[in-house]
Amino acid sequence: MLQGRSIIFIAFLLFIWELIIRVADIPHWLLPAPSAIMIEGIESYSTFSPHVWATIQLALIGLAIGVMCGLSVAVFLHRSSTIRAFVYPILIVSQNVPVLVLAPLLIIWFGFGLLPKLIIICLVCFFPIVIAAMDGFRQTSPELKHYFAMIGATKGQTFWKLEWPYAYPSIFSGIKIAATYSVMGAVIAEWLGAKKGIGVYMTLAQSSFRTDRVFVAIFAIVLLSLLLFSVIRFVEKLVVKGRGAHAEHSGHF
Amino acid sequence: MLNIQDISKSFGSLEVVKNLSFTVQEGEFVAIIGPSGSGKSTLFQLIGGITPVDHGTILLNGDNIQRQTGIIGYMPQQPCLLPWRTILENVMIVEELQRRPNKELAKAWLEKVGLASFENAYPHALSGGMQQRVSFLRAIVSGKPILCLDEPFSALDEFTRLEMQAWLLSIWEEHKKSILFVTHSIEEALFLADRIIVLTKRPATVKEEIIVPFARPRFEEIRHSTQFTQLKQQLFQYLKEEKDDAYVD
Repeated sequence: MLQGRSIIFIAFLLFIWELIIRVADIPHWLLPAPSAIMIEGIESYSTFSPHVWATIQLALIGLAIGVMCGLSVAVFLHRSSTIRAFVYPILIVSQNVPVLVLAPLLIIWFGFGLLPKLIIICLVCFFPIVIAAMDGFRQTSPELKHYFAMIGATKGQTFWKLEWPYAYPSIFSGIKIAATYSVMGAVIAEWLGAKKGIGVYMTLAQSSFRTDRVFVAIFAIVLLSLLLFSVIRFVEKLVVKGRGAHAEHSGHF
Repeated sequence: MLNIQDISKSFGSLEVVKNLSFTVQEGEFVAIIGPSGSGKSTLFQLIGGITPVDHGTILLNGDNIQRQTGIIGYMPQQPCLLPWRTILENVMIVEELQRRPNKELAKAWLEKVGLASFENAYPHALSGGMQQRVSFLRAIVSGKPILCLDEPFSALDEFTRLEMQAWLLSIWEEHKKSILFVTHSIEEALFLADRIIVLTKRPATVKEEIIVPFARPRFEEIRHSTQFTQLKQQLFQYLKEEKDDAYVD
């Protein structure tokens, strides 16, 4: 997924970073060198890894629920145009409310347990999936729909045998975006209060001015998002069949 | 067999089909030609049952098939294969929708026309001509009493089109299914059909009907005969008259 050229470029950027730190003699607590971050990452691996696992679990459960809710809502809205006319504009407007603002409310309503955290992740994952899936359903080629009508397909058959599989590439684009959001959502949720997780680790590191640990957490988040992204691409390649060049286009890397 | 009796259809104030009547007999190959925009596609929508007629009746073996979809076998202009299904799965789709997929029959047909090796391939791996063959098989395998072909070769290049015409002819002459074939190519109609119905411009009705005199089985040679050329000119004249009128409008 990451091509050779971009890996070399990233290595180059890290090298420049390292060089600037050494030449300009920037204090460690302000901006640590990449080498120092790497050493810290290796040394604190055993204390850090439980936090990572907690975040992975949270992100995956949240993503799974978000995908299911998103797809159900998309199918429902696609199949009944009256409800769509009411709900769709509200859906769009609701996305202008930043999730971060909702978080304190969710904690007031649902406490510090798992539920408010999952709701936050769900909220960030939900929207890209609903939009992508509905776009996919709608973009089904009119020739194919006409053909299905001519051969006597019912509405249900037209949906499940034509529109649903037709939308697979779009749905997977939506899930890929949602997956990267889900890690972010999990970390934000953990900031608000949790016992374990990358978010917790970050808050602790920040309050003790361990900038190197903050960077370890940031790199962990980036790697997690990339990992999740490539897992979903892999699943996509298995599920989306027979589209050759078409399937390749939906990748963003 | 298929009996179209005095049907009319308008969309708003636009009359598309008016008092159109014709029949297709059992085992007959009927071609319909007409100027472009003469409502040929609408005719298929009416027969296919996805659009209701304003008046008149459409009978198939004596039963009224208005507003009933899935009664006829249909082959559209574009192959309309589902890209995520293999060729075999595509061929079986119509029967699958009616919950009685017949894998053996589908396989036998693929075998018969030399597409067996593509059984598990996906449509994007096939050329346009090949895809249309699959599309035709799909219509045949659906086991409907009549096949309606809507300009099936018009999107193909000239050479592939000639090849496909010969291919269709060879299969049809062996199995004698009733076929209603819409085309805008005079030559195609003459080469394939038993009878040609010429439609007028909109609103479409029957202008002329020609019985094609060539014996079957037919071979490429008939394309070069004098009779073929004469009929071609005659049909061209009919279409030209319709076109000229259209400009006067």
